[in-house]
Amino acid sequence: MSSLLVLAIVIAIGVVAFVIGRQRATAHETGKVKPHSRAHYHGWWAFLLAVLPAVLLLAVWDIGSSVYLDRHIHAALPERTVDSKVASEALDASLVKSLAKGLRRLDAGTPLPATFAELQPLLIAKGVALASDTQDYMIPIAVEANTVQDRLGLFGAVLTLALSIAGAFYALRQIAPRARARNNVERLMLWGLLAASTIAILTTVGIVLSMLFQTITFFESVSPMSFFFGTVWDPRFAAAGSGGSQGQFGLIPLLAGTLYIAAVALLVAVPVGLMSAVYMAEYASPKVRAVVKPALELLAGIPTIVYGIFAVVTLGPFLRDLSAALTGGSPFIQGQSIFTAGLVMGVMLIPVVSSLSDDIITAVPRAMRDGSLGLGATRSETIKRVILPAALPGIVGAILLTASRAIGETMIVVLAAGVAANLTANPFEAMTTITVKIVNQLTGDLEFNSPQTLVAFALGLTLFVLTLVMNIVALYIVRKYREQYE
Amino acid sequence: MNIMTEQSLENAVGDKMNAKSNEVIKMRGDKVGVFYGEKQALFDVNLDVRQNQVTALIGPSGCGKSTFLRCLNRMNDTIDSARVTGKITLDEDDIYDKNIDVVELRARVGMVFQKPNPFPKSIYENVAYGPRIHGLAKRKSDMDQIVESSLKKAAIWNEVKDRLQEPGTGLSGGQQQRLCIARAIAVSPEVILMDEPCSALDPIATARVEELIDELRQNYTIVIVTHSMQQAARVSQRTAMFHLGYLVEEGATDKMFTNPDDKRTQDYITGRFG
Repeated sequence: MSSLLVLAIVIAIGVVAFVIGRQRATAHETGKVKPHSRAHYHGWWAFLLAVLPAVLLLAVWDIGSSVYLDRHIHAALPERTVDSKVASEALDASLVKSLAKGLRRLDAGTPLPATFAELQPLLIAKGVALASDTQDYMIPIAVEANTVQDRLGLFGAVLTLALSIAGAFYALRQIAPRARARNNVERLMLWGLLAASTIAILTTVGIVLSMLFQTITFFESVSPMSFFFGTVWDPRFAAAGSGGSQGQFGLIPLLAGTLYIAAVALLVAVPVGLMSAVYMAEYASPKVRAVVKPALELLAGIPTIVYGIFAVVTLGPFLRDLSAALTGGSPFIQGQSIFTAGLVMGVMLIPVVSSLSDDIITAVPRAMRDGSLGLGATRSETIKRVILPAALPGIVGAILLTASRAIGETMIVVLAAGVAANLTANPFEAMTTITVKIVNQLTGDLEFNSPQTLVAFALGLTLFVLTLVMNIVALYIVRKYREQYE
Repeated sequence: MNIMTEQSLENAVGDKMNAKSNEVIKMRGDKVGVFYGEKQALFDVNLDVRQNQVTALIGPSGCGKSTFLRCLNRMNDTIDSARVTGKITLDEDDIYDKNIDVVELRARVGMVFQKPNPFPKSIYENVAYGPRIHGLAKRKSDMDQIVESSLKKAAIWNEVKDRLQEPGTGLSGGQQQRLCIARAIAVSPEVILMDEPCSALDPIATARVEELIDELRQNYTIVIVTHSMQQAARVSQRTAMFHLGYLVEEGATDKMFTNPDDKRTQDYITGRFG
C-alpha cells in the first residue's frame, strides 16, 4: 500500500470522525447543561486526533523504513575488494535501489533471469533504463529489498490506520457537554502557526549554514585578508590539476561596483519614488490615484530580466550613440556601464520606494496636516515641514529596504553592468557586482571544490550579511517610528 | 439688547475694553450651507461672531456646529467632497472670494483642534512653526520672544520653560492642548477657532484651558464648539444652538441658558435630548 493511499484513507477517517463528532455534540446542545464548546469544535478535535498522530507516524515510519532498507542493502552487498567492479559502496547501493525500482515495473509472474544481460532488455521494454555496470549479484539483493520494503510498507500502513481509528474513537468518546474541545483546537492552531513561522526561520538558518561551510572550505585555500581587502579580482580559470595558479580573489572591486551601481539606482529611485508618493498621498484626486497607483505598481511586476534586456539592447546602445554624437565620434559612455545599469535598476525600484513611502505618508495622522494647515501653512510647507519629518524614520527604513534590494539585484546587472571587475570612479565605464560574479563562478563546468567555485559562497555570504544588516537597521528604524504617535 | 447682555458686557469692560468694541462684528455668516458630496450638512446659517467675545456653538452630535466652525477658516477646503455656499465675511471681506488667499486667512483665523495635535518636534519648534512659515521673526532673538510670549499667553510657560527642546508629544494631554493654543497664538491671529478643545482632557486640565480661554478674550475673538453645556455657560458670552444642520437660536449666553426662545434649545440644555 503506498503512503499516498494511506494518507488519503487517514484523511477520510478524519472526515468521518468530524461528521460524527459534530453530530454527537449537536445532540448535546439541546440538553440541560450549556455546552462548553460549539459542535464544530468537537468535530475538528476528532478530525485532528484522527489525522495528526497518524500522519506523524506515517512520516516517521517512512523515513525509518528507508533508512532500514538502506542498511539492509549495504549489509547484503558483498565485501568490497580491490577488484570490485563498482567504484564505491554508495554507488553499489544506489544501483541496487534503482534496480529494485525497475523490477517493480515488470509484470508479476515474469520469471527473473539470473544475469543482468538477460534482464536489461526486459526492463528496457518497460521503459526502465539502468546503468550498464549493474552487476548480476545485485539482482537477488534487489528482489529481497523489494520484499522487505513491501512488508515494511504494509506494516506501517496497518499501524497508521489503527492509530488513526484509535485517535478518532478516543476523541469521539471524549465528547461531553462540558468537554473543552474549543481549547484543544485553539491550542493546536497555535502550535500550527508557530510551526509555520519556525519554518521560515529554520530555512534562513539552513541557508546561512550551507553557505557557511562552503565559505570555510574556501577560506582554507584563500586567506580572508586577501579576500576581504584584495583589490584585484582575477580568479584564473585554472585547468583542473594544474596547481599553483591560485588566482586572486579581491572583494573590493566587486563590493565597490555593487555599492556604486546601487547608489546610482537609489539616486534615481529615491527622489522620483518619493515625489510620486507625495503626489499620490497628498495631491492626487481619488480618480487620478486609482489610475496612477496601479500603473506605477505595474512596474514592480515586470521581471528584472526584462529590465536587463531593455538595458542591454535598447538603453545601453542608445546612451553610447548619444555620447558619441555629443563628442563627435568617440563615445564616452560604454555600452555596458554603471550608469546604464544604475538607471534601469533605479526605474525598477521606483515603485518599491513609492509604494512603501506612500503607505508611510498616509499613516501620518490627519491631525498633523490639519494642525499645520490651520496655522496657515501651505500644502507644500505642510509636507516639507511636518509630514516628511514625521514620516522620515519610516522613509529611511523604506530606502534601506530598497537599497538592500538594489544590492541583491542580479539580472539587470548581469546583462547591463558587464563582467569586468574594474575599480573605477567613472560611472560611464563597466564595473561588476558581487551578484554577477556569483553567477559567473557557479555557471560553467568548473571543479566544484576549487576555490574558483567556492568563492561564490563566500561572496554570497558577504552579500547575505550586508543585506541582513541593512534590513535589520531598516526594521529597527521603522519600529522606532511606530512608537511616535502612541 | 436685554439686561442679561448688559451684565455680561460689564464683565468685559473690566478687561480694559470699551463697550463699543463688543458691538463690532468680526465675522459674519450669511446663509451658509455646506455639502459633503450630495449630502447637505448645513442649511442657511446666519450667525455673527462678535469681536473680543467668546461665541459657543452647541448642539447634539452631527448638528453641523463643527462643520460651521471649519467654514470660518476654510478648513473644509481640505476635504475633497466638501462644498460651501452662502457668504462668510471677516472684517467685511468675503473669505470665499477668489482674491482671498486661504493661507493668509488661516493666519488670521487660527484653529485649535479637538484632540491635541502637537507636531513631533520640540516644544520650541511647535510654537515657532507658524511664525517661521509666515516669516514673522527675522532674528533668533525675535523668535525666542514670540515663543516665550505665546507660551506665557497660553499659560504653559512655567511648566515648559526648562524643557523647550524636549518633544511636544511628551507633554500631558492638557499641556499638549495648551501648547497647541500657544502654537495658534504665535501667528497673532485675530480669531481663534476651537473645536471641542477640552473633550480629550481631564477635569483639571479642562479648568486650566477654560481659564485660559477667558483670558484670551481680551486680545482675540474666540469661537468654540463644545458638547458641555456647563462649559458653554462658563466661558462664552454668546451661544448659538445648532440642530440637524440648522441654526436654531443664537443669543447672549445668559439668556440662552435661562430663558431660551426655542423649545429645542430648552430641551437640549436641560438634557432632554442630545
